[in-house]
Amino acid sequence: MKNLIPELVILLSSFSLLITGVFSKTFNKIINYIIIVLLAALIFVVYFNFASSVTLFGNSYTIDPLSNFMKTLVLISVLFTMLISNTYLERLKIAKFEYPIILLLSTLGMFVMISANNLIVFYLGLELQSLCLYVLAAINTKSLKSSEAGLKYFVLGSLSSGLLLYGCSLVYGFTGSVDYSEIAKVATEQSGALKFGLVFILCGIAFKISAVPFHMWSPDVYEGSPTSVTTFFAMAPKVAAIAALIKFLNVPYANFISEWRTIVIVLSIASMFLGAVAAIGQSNLKRLMAYSSIGHVGFILAGLAIATPQSLSAVLVYLVIYVFMNIGVFACIMSLNRNGVYFENISDLSGLSKHHPLIAICLTILTFSLAGIPPLAGFFAKFYIFLAIIQQKIYYLAVVGLLSAVIAAFYYLRIIKVIYFDAAKESYEKNSNYGIKFSLIFSTVVILFYFIDPSTLNTIVESITKNIK
Amino acid sequence: MNFPILSFLTFFPLVGVIFILLRRGSDEVVERSSKNISILVSVINFIVSLFLWSKFDLANPGFQFVEESQWIKNFVSYKIGVDGISIFLVLLTTFISPLCIFASINSLKKRIKEFLIAILIMQTFMIGVFCALDLFLFFLFFEGGLIPMFLIIGIWGGERRVYSALKFFLYTFLGSIFMLIAIIAIYWNMNTLDLVKLTESKIPENLQYWMWLGFFISLAVKLPMWPFHTWLPDAHVEAPTAGSVILAAILLKISGYGFIRFSLGLFPIASHYFANFVFVLSVIAIIYASLVALMQTDMKKLIAYSSVAHMGYVTIGIFSFTKQGLDGAIFQMISHGLISASLFLCVGVLYDRVHSRLIQDYSGVVNVMPKFALVFIFSSLANVGLPGTSGFVGEFLTLIGTFKVNYIVAILAATGVILSAAYSLWLCKRVVFGEFKVNNHGEKLLDLDVTEIVILFMLMILTIVFGVYPNLILEPISSSVDLVVKNMGAIK
Repeated sequence: MKNLIPELVILLSSFSLLITGVFSKTFNKIINYIIIVLLAALIFVVYFNFASSVTLFGNSYTIDPLSNFMKTLVLISVLFTMLISNTYLERLKIAKFEYPIILLLSTLGMFVMISANNLIVFYLGLELQSLCLYVLAAINTKSLKSSEAGLKYFVLGSLSSGLLLYGCSLVYGFTGSVDYSEIAKVATEQSGALKFGLVFILCGIAFKISAVPFHMWSPDVYEGSPTSVTTFFAMAPKVAAIAALIKFLNVPYANFISEWRTIVIVLSIASMFLGAVAAIGQSNLKRLMAYSSIGHVGFILAGLAIATPQSLSAVLVYLVIYVFMNIGVFACIMSLNRNGVYFENISDLSGLSKHHPLIAICLTILTFSLAGIPPLAGFFAKFYIFLAIIQQKIYYLAVVGLLSAVIAAFYYLRIIKVIYFDAAKESYEKNSNYGIKFSLIFSTVVILFYFIDPSTLNTIVESITKNIK
Repeated sequence: MNFPILSFLTFFPLVGVIFILLRRGSDEVVERSSKNISILVSVINFIVSLFLWSKFDLANPGFQFVEESQWIKNFVSYKIGVDGISIFLVLLTTFISPLCIFASINSLKKRIKEFLIAILIMQTFMIGVFCALDLFLFFLFFEGGLIPMFLIIGIWGGERRVYSALKFFLYTFLGSIFMLIAIIAIYWNMNTLDLVKLTESKIPENLQYWMWLGFFISLAVKLPMWPFHTWLPDAHVEAPTAGSVILAAILLKISGYGFIRFSLGLFPIASHYFANFVFVLSVIAIIYASLVALMQTDMKKLIAYSSVAHMGYVTIGIFSFTKQGLDGAIFQMISHGLISASLFLCVGVLYDRVHSRLIQDYSGVVNVMPKFALVFIFSSLANVGLPGTSGFVGEFLTLIGTFKVNYIVAILAATGVILSAAYSLWLCKRVVFGEFKVNNHGEKLLDLDVTEIVILFMLMILTIVFGVYPNLILEPISSSVDLVVKNMGAIK
């Protein structure tokens, strides 16, 4: 039971907060702080149980270092999302008390997804988090774009859930079980029907992590949703879906590696390339970040496709660095406000270097890191992936990846160009929110000084990934 | 344990950056103290590098002052050291950097603090490149230098700075990814990235060709070699004076150094195989770039093309695999570092006063700026390779070395000397001599002030000293070069 504390705490606290919120008028002022403290405490709880490895509920729910690692990452994403979105929500007058509670419930869904060892549990977790995400996307009811984003996300998300569920039913039909380890036992002989199930399920997950060609929703949803929600979208659901994908590919489908490797490589190449090329024409920062995250997902998928302990370690490191880069960039985007209006175009960044040197330098460091320039953390993230790819001698994947990194560098450099080279515009409001300041500086410091001690993180992830298969 | 002098040299500029960032107060105070700090830091660095030089053991061909510690577990070690070849490039860097800072603190008008920070960070990366004894570490410093240089060109550059900065960055970035692939492939095949161990254990022959090409593309872009040179004129023209000086004097040398250290050191068989290929590209670079330089109307562009041509001598010298050729190449790198720095500073002097780089805007400058004219003509002649200046020794030695191997290449390359005389002297004739006439309200052209005199005369004196007594460089590098030549000779 001890191992279930995080899930239970989230569940019970979200219910009790919901009830309190209904009866108390002034509650939404403090609920954010309560939840931030709660999340920070949960990080410690997960951390102290890090090494535990158990399966619960008739082998359908596992808690192991991998899931604990991913849960910590999800918690960090949610925590920082809450930290940087306080003022934003108040300014836009959408600071309802339901908002953080939905966020919490979605986190619960992700936890279930991460720990699932069974197709049904996996699907339940996925649906729980997705339903919360649909609501979150549409939470700014006064904005037409936000409603559109929510609806679009809901329609396409349901379609992909349908595909996924169909895949699950196919797998169940041919193996007679929904349990991952049971499927793995049956799936030894080359049965073509299981491959159908695999393809459908992969499509469903690819949609959730917005891998090309299932990415269509993501730029629109990123742009339309309130920025605080976009921040959340960019990090937590991807971490959870990738965790589920790692498990799904390496436990029930471990014997089909030659089959799914091709699929994942195709997804990866398409994502890397489209993420690099399509972002060039964007003028909206949030859309740009959508394409940027598509590109990053491409690199992560490249690591998944290799599926050696080395490459899975690289994927985990990549996820950590990816999360911190996004925290920083979105903290920057959310500090661009003047007279209650939030600006989100690239051209609005001009003059940052003059009026807000701190934000400018942080955003520059983060952008160079997103582009993968050494000695920043983003370079190491990509480097580990390429290290793993070349070990398996899949040179074409490395070449495509590196070429798209170069193309992507172009649009990242454009951001820096606007910050530093263009004529200055009016200044933005000086930021008095400590949450944003702290998140921005913290993430920048992590990205900038990662190179001093890369080994610690490597040791942790290596100890996790050597037990995956 | 000994004092980690090389780490100190590499990272001391960053300490200066931290001090500059910590300064608080009014803009004026911060600006003044950041100038003082950066001057202090770069001068201390230069003195420390002289101390390093005094402790250097000339007879030892291997690496000295080696520091090693584990960095990324089981994978990359932080290993740095210098040998006879790299110590001069370190000295060149520590010598040129304070000059750049001195030259820019008076002429720059905006964001001086940020500029000095960028220069200091750049210095760290450049010294790191020459000291790194681990391929991964080398790559980190090699690539990391892109960030400050991109900002230097982009923020403080001329009208087309955005285009030039992007071109510079993307070109170099694209080139270097091939080096990255090669480095990773070396790691998986040899299980180490330690330069010393890699040089001792032979890399399999079939692998060498691909690895060589990977390194070659990235080094050739950075050098730059024809046909990858097109970013250089743009970057040079738009960069501020100090940026051009750093580009020409130091960044271009990284590739020359890389060719000696990696192409020759790690892939000797492939280097032999590709030597003629490099000769062809270099000869084209020398002749083509010299011809293009003749036609330039912009002084900085002219010097940029002349840099391309001079780097051509460096590559033919290196790939002749003879002692004279390698000596000449290294000598040429250092001498070109001094001469191009002084030429770019001269153009910077004119630009500060008249705000034009076009040759046609100037005429008869000697009438009002006699001291400037002296330095400018002297540097141009040194650029041509006048005997008695360091430019002559470098070109002469590379040509001797090349003649031994391939006389056709040597003859073709020698035509570059004539062409370089043509464009340099013609430049002098148009700008310095003739009737005094300067466009754009340049009536009150002031001659060099004290800082400029000190900077330019120091470069001039060094050019003469090395030209008259080349053994100052040739003797110290000799044992390390012998080692390289011996390794290459063992292949045949």
